[in-house]
Amino acid sequence: MNFPFAPEQASNFAVEYDTLFYLITGFTVLTTLFVFVLCLGLIIKYKRGSGKPEDRRNPMHHNTIIEIASSGGFLSIGLFIFVWGAKMFLDMRQPPANAMEINVIGKRWMWHAQHDNGVRENNELHVPVGVPVKLTMISQDVIHSFYVPQFRVQFMVVPGRYTQMWFTPTKAGKYNLFCAMHCGTQHSEMGGYVYALEPKDFAKWKETGGNRFQPKPELPAAAGKQLYDDFMCGSCHTEKDNQRAPSLYGLYGRQRQFTDGSTMVADNDYIRQSLLAPEGKINKGYESMMQPYSFTEEQILELIEYIKTLGTPIPTQVAGGAQ
Amino acid sequence: MTTHVATDEKNYLQEGHTLASWLLTKDHKRIAVLYLISVSFFFFVGSIAAMMVRLELTSPRGTLMSNETYNKAFSAHGVVMVFFFLVVAIPAIFGNFLIPMQIGARDLAFPRLNLLSWYFYMAGGIMFLIAMMSGGVDAGWTFYTPMSSIYSNGQITLALVGAFVVGFSSIFTGVNFIATIHKMRAPGMTWWRLPLFVWGHYATSLIVILGTPVVAITLLLVVFERVAKIGIFSPELGGDPVLFQHMFWFYSHPAVYIMVLPGMAVISEIMACFSRNKVFGYHFVALSSLGIAALSFIVWGHHMFVSSQSMYQGIFFSFTSFLVAVPSAIKVFNWSLTMYKGSVWLASPMIYALGFLGLFTVGGMTGLYLASVGTDVHVTGTYFVVAHFHYVMVGGTLLAFLGALHFWWPKFFGRMYPEGVAKWNALLVFIGFNLTFLPQFVVGWLGMPRRYHYYYFAPEFQVYHVMSTLGASALAVSLIVPAFYLTYSLFKGPKSPPNPWAARGLEWEAAASPPIKHNFHGVPVVVGDVYDYDAEAEELALRGMTKEEA
Amino acid sequence: MISLKKMNQPQDTVYEQFEDLAQQQETYVLGMWSFLVTEVMFFGVMFMSYIVYRWKYQPYFYALHKELDWRIGGINTAILLASSFSVALAVHYHQKKKKMNVLMCLGFTNLCAISFIVIKLLFEYIPKWNHGHYPGPGFSWDNPYVPSHIAQLWFSLYFGTTGLHGLHVLIGVILFSVLMYLIAVDHPSISDYLPTEMLGLYWHFVDIVWIFLYPLYYLMPK
Repeated sequence: MNFPFAPEQASNFAVEYDTLFYLITGFTVLTTLFVFVLCLGLIIKYKRGSGKPEDRRNPMHHNTIIEIASSGGFLSIGLFIFVWGAKMFLDMRQPPANAMEINVIGKRWMWHAQHDNGVRENNELHVPVGVPVKLTMISQDVIHSFYVPQFRVQFMVVPGRYTQMWFTPTKAGKYNLFCAMHCGTQHSEMGGYVYALEPKDFAKWKETGGNRFQPKPELPAAAGKQLYDDFMCGSCHTEKDNQRAPSLYGLYGRQRQFTDGSTMVADNDYIRQSLLAPEGKINKGYESMMQPYSFTEEQILELIEYIKTLGTPIPTQVAGGAQ
Repeated sequence: MTTHVATDEKNYLQEGHTLASWLLTKDHKRIAVLYLISVSFFFFVGSIAAMMVRLELTSPRGTLMSNETYNKAFSAHGVVMVFFFLVVAIPAIFGNFLIPMQIGARDLAFPRLNLLSWYFYMAGGIMFLIAMMSGGVDAGWTFYTPMSSIYSNGQITLALVGAFVVGFSSIFTGVNFIATIHKMRAPGMTWWRLPLFVWGHYATSLIVILGTPVVAITLLLVVFERVAKIGIFSPELGGDPVLFQHMFWFYSHPAVYIMVLPGMAVISEIMACFSRNKVFGYHFVALSSLGIAALSFIVWGHHMFVSSQSMYQGIFFSFTSFLVAVPSAIKVFNWSLTMYKGSVWLASPMIYALGFLGLFTVGGMTGLYLASVGTDVHVTGTYFVVAHFHYVMVGGTLLAFLGALHFWWPKFFGRMYPEGVAKWNALLVFIGFNLTFLPQFVVGWLGMPRRYHYYYFAPEFQVYHVMSTLGASALAVSLIVPAFYLTYSLFKGPKSPPNPWAARGLEWEAAASPPIKHNFHGVPVVVGDVYDYDAEAEELALRGMTKEEA
Repeated sequence: MISLKKMNQPQDTVYEQFEDLAQQQETYVLGMWSFLVTEVMFFGVMFMSYIVYRWKYQPYFYALHKELDWRIGGINTAILLASSFSVALAVHYHQKKKKMNVLMCLGFTNLCAISFIVIKLLFEYIPKWNHGHYPGPGFSWDNPYVPSHIAQLWFSLYFGTTGLHGLHVLIGVILFSVLMYLIAVDHPSISDYLPTEMLGLYWHFVDIVWIFLYPLYYLMPK
C-alpha cells in the first residue's frame, strides 16, 4: 500500500497552483500551531488550583490595538492569497487564442468528446503534450463537472449553455477524469482517463482515433453543412447581407449590434441562442422573421463548426469528405 | 443582580406529568426539552446514515450496498444533519431555554408560536422520514436542478416539502428571538450587558429571517417543477439551472453561520465561566457576530466558482469571502486570550470548548483554500471540501452542542453527570474527530470527488478512507457514551446545586436549577456588568450562597 | 348581550410573559414586522427570477405581456388600493373603539379582496387555462415568433408569482373573516386594536407586492 501525499503535476497550472496551495498550508499549520501553543501556555500558566494564588490585579479584558493589529495582519495575508488566487483564476478562465479545440458533451453517465477532424471518443480524452487545449463543454441532461486532478482543472458542464476550460498538458501519461458534480445513480463511474501523448504520438492517434472508435464518416463542419442545406438556412442567410437576413459569412467572432442597441461578440452561446430562440438578439436593421428551431446539442455544435468555416475558403479536406 | 433562590418550590419539570402537559406546553423550557429529545433522535438517524457511508467506503468497489442505496445514504445523512440537526440544535434547544433566562424574561415573546415551531419541525421531520423509508432521496442535500427537478427518482417531492415546512419552524424561532431580545430585556439589561450567547443568537435570528424564506420558496419551485411541470429552472424551457444554485446558496451559505454562530455563542459562555474571566474584547466578539451576519449574505457565490457564473463574479465573491474570515479569526484569538490572567478550570464543558477552538481554527483556515478562487478550482467538489465543512460543522457546532449540553445539563435537569467519564469522553471526541477528517483533506487534495461510491480507478485513495472509517468508529463510540451517562444521571445522578460551576449570568444566579415555571421570582434587576467574575463571588457561589446572603 | 355600537372590552389583556400593555404591543408589532421581512424575501425570489429572465428574453417577454389585459390588472390595482385605505380606516376606528365602523371597513376590505380573487380567476386564470396557456405537457401555443418553451417559462413566472400573491390574498380573506367574527362577538382575545393593526400591516404588504407586480407583468415597455 502506498501513501501518496500529492497528485502528480501534469499541466501548465500545476506548479503555480501547488506553490500557492503549499503556501496556504504553511499559513494554516502555523496559525493552528500558534492557537494551540497559545492555549496550552495559557492553560498551564493560569490553571486553577495549581498552588499559586490567583493574581487578579491589573486584569486585561480588551485591547483595541491587539484586536486591530491581529485582524489587520490576518486580513493582509488573506488579501495576498486572494490576489494570487484571483490572478491564477483569470489565467485558468482565459484560453489562449491558438488553443486546440475539442468539444465535450456530458450525459448521464459518460463523457463524449469530439475532435475537430471528426474523431470521437467516450470516457477518454486524448490530448497532446505542450499544446494548449480548449474544451467547449455542454451537458445533455443534468449538471456535471469535468475534473482532471493531475491538471488542477475543473469546471461544470451545464445544460443549456456552453462552458469552457483550458490547459496545456506538460507530461505524457494517463490521468484520472472524474465527474465531480453529483449526477445520479452511476455518478462515481462517470469518468475515465485523460491520455496526454507526445505531439508525434498524438498526431498518429488522431489520424486513426486510436483504432478504437470508427470516426464518424464526415467532419463536424461537413455534417453542419448538410444540416444547413437540409433546413435551407441559405435561402435567407446568403453570402451577403440582404433584406431578409444578415449573412452568416464571417459571422463567428465578430461584434454584432442588435435592435436594442446592445452589442455582443458572436460566439458559441450566441449562435446556439439564435437557433433556439432567435428573437432574443435581432441584428440592427432587421425585422424579426426567423422562427425558432429545435436541434440536438450535437447538431448545434456541428452547425457552429460549419458557420466557423464560412467566410474563408472551405478547406479542401472538407470538400473531399473524410479520411 | 438580585437573587432569590428558593428550593421548596415546584420546578418547571414538576408542573405537570401528563403527556398533554408536555405536548401542549407554552413554557419555553419544556419546548426546549421537546426539541432536545427530537433533535437527538434525528442526530441518531443522521449518524446511522453517516456510518453506512463510511463503512461502504472502506473498499474501493463497495461491498455493502448498491449505487442507489449509497446515494440515498449520503443524501439522508446530509439532509438530516443540516436541516434537522445543525440548523436547529443549538438555537432551538439552548437558545429557547436560555435566552429568556439570560435577559431576565419569563418566557419568549410568542410562546404559542414557539410551540408551533416545534410542531412544524416534527411535521417536516416526519415527512422526511417517510420520504426516506418509502423510496429515499438520492439528489444530495443540495438538491441541484435539473437533477432534483427532472431526472431523479425517489421521494424528492415529499423530502422537499419536509424541508420547506422545517424552514418555517426556523423562521418562527427567529422572529420569536428577535422580538424577545429587543423588547423583553429586564431592567438594567442593556445591549452591552447582554451575554454573548444572546448576541450570537440575535445575529443568527437575523440571518434566519432574511435567508430561510429564500431557500423555502426555491425548494417549493423545485417541487412545482417536479409536480406541475412549471419550470423556472428548467433548461428545457430556456431556464437557468444555475439560478437555482444562486438562490440555494443565498440561503445556504448564511445557513453555515446559522449553524456555527450559536456554537460560537456557546463557546463564549463556556470560555468565560471556566476561565473565570470576562470574554476578551467583549465588544469585538459581539460586533463580529453582527459583522458575520451582514457579510454572510454577500459570499454565497464562493460555492459556485466553477459553476459557470461569470469570472468576475468569482473574483468578487472570493474577495468578500476573505473579508468574512476576519471576524471569525478575531473570535478565535479573543476566546484564547480570555484565559489570560484567568483561572482555568478544565471541566468537561471547557474541554469541549478548547476542542472547538482547535477544530474551528483548522476548519476556518482550510476555508482559505476554498475562498481563494484559484485554489478552489482543484479542490471544490472533492473530499477536501467535505473535510473542511465537517471541521466547521462537526468540530464547531457539534462540539459546541456537546459543550452546551454538559454546561447547562444541571440547569436543565438539576442533576450532575459523572464528570470523570465526561472529561475522558470529550478527549475521545476530539481524537476520533481528527482521525476521521484529517485523512479526508489529503484524499481530497489527491482528487477524490465527494459523493463517490466507487474509487477502484484510483485505489491509492483506500488507505485514507480506511483511516477515516476507523476514526469515525471512535467518534461514534464517543457519541454513544454521553447518551448513556446523561440518561443515567437523569435518574441516579447526584442533585446539582443551583450554580455548580459558580457561573455568572441571570440564568445561574437568579434562578433555581431546574428553574421554576416563570424562571424568576419577580423581575430581576441587572446592576453589574456581564461576565463580572471575581474570586469572592466564586467562593460564595460554590458554597451555594449569594453576596446578599453572606 | 352583544352590542354592535361599541366595543365591549372591560380591560386590556396582558399575557403573562409581558410586564405591561405597552411592552406587549411593541413586541407584537416588532414580531409582525420581522415576519413581513421574511415575506419580502419570499417574494424577492420570484422577483429575482423575473429580472434574470426578462434580462435574457426581453423581446419575448414584451410579446408575451400582451397576453395580459392591462385594464383588468388596472381594475384589480384600484380594488387593492381601495381596500388598503379601508383597512387603515378600520385601525383608526378600532382605536376609537367604534365597533360598527370597524366592521364596515373590514367588510369592505374583505369584499375588495374577494372581488380581486374573482376577477383574477374569471378574467385571467380560467380563460388562460381554457386556451391551454399553462406550463406543462399540455401547453398549447401557436405564436410562431415566440418559442413555446419561453412562453412556458413566462407563464411559469406569471402563475408562480401571481399565484403566490393570490394565495396571500386568500389568506387575507380568511383572516379578515375570522377577525370580523371575533370583533362582532366581542371575543376576549380581541382586547385592543392590535390584531386589526397587525392584519392591516399584512394587508398593506400584500397590496405593495401587487403594486410591483402590476407594472412588471402588465405594463412592459418594448
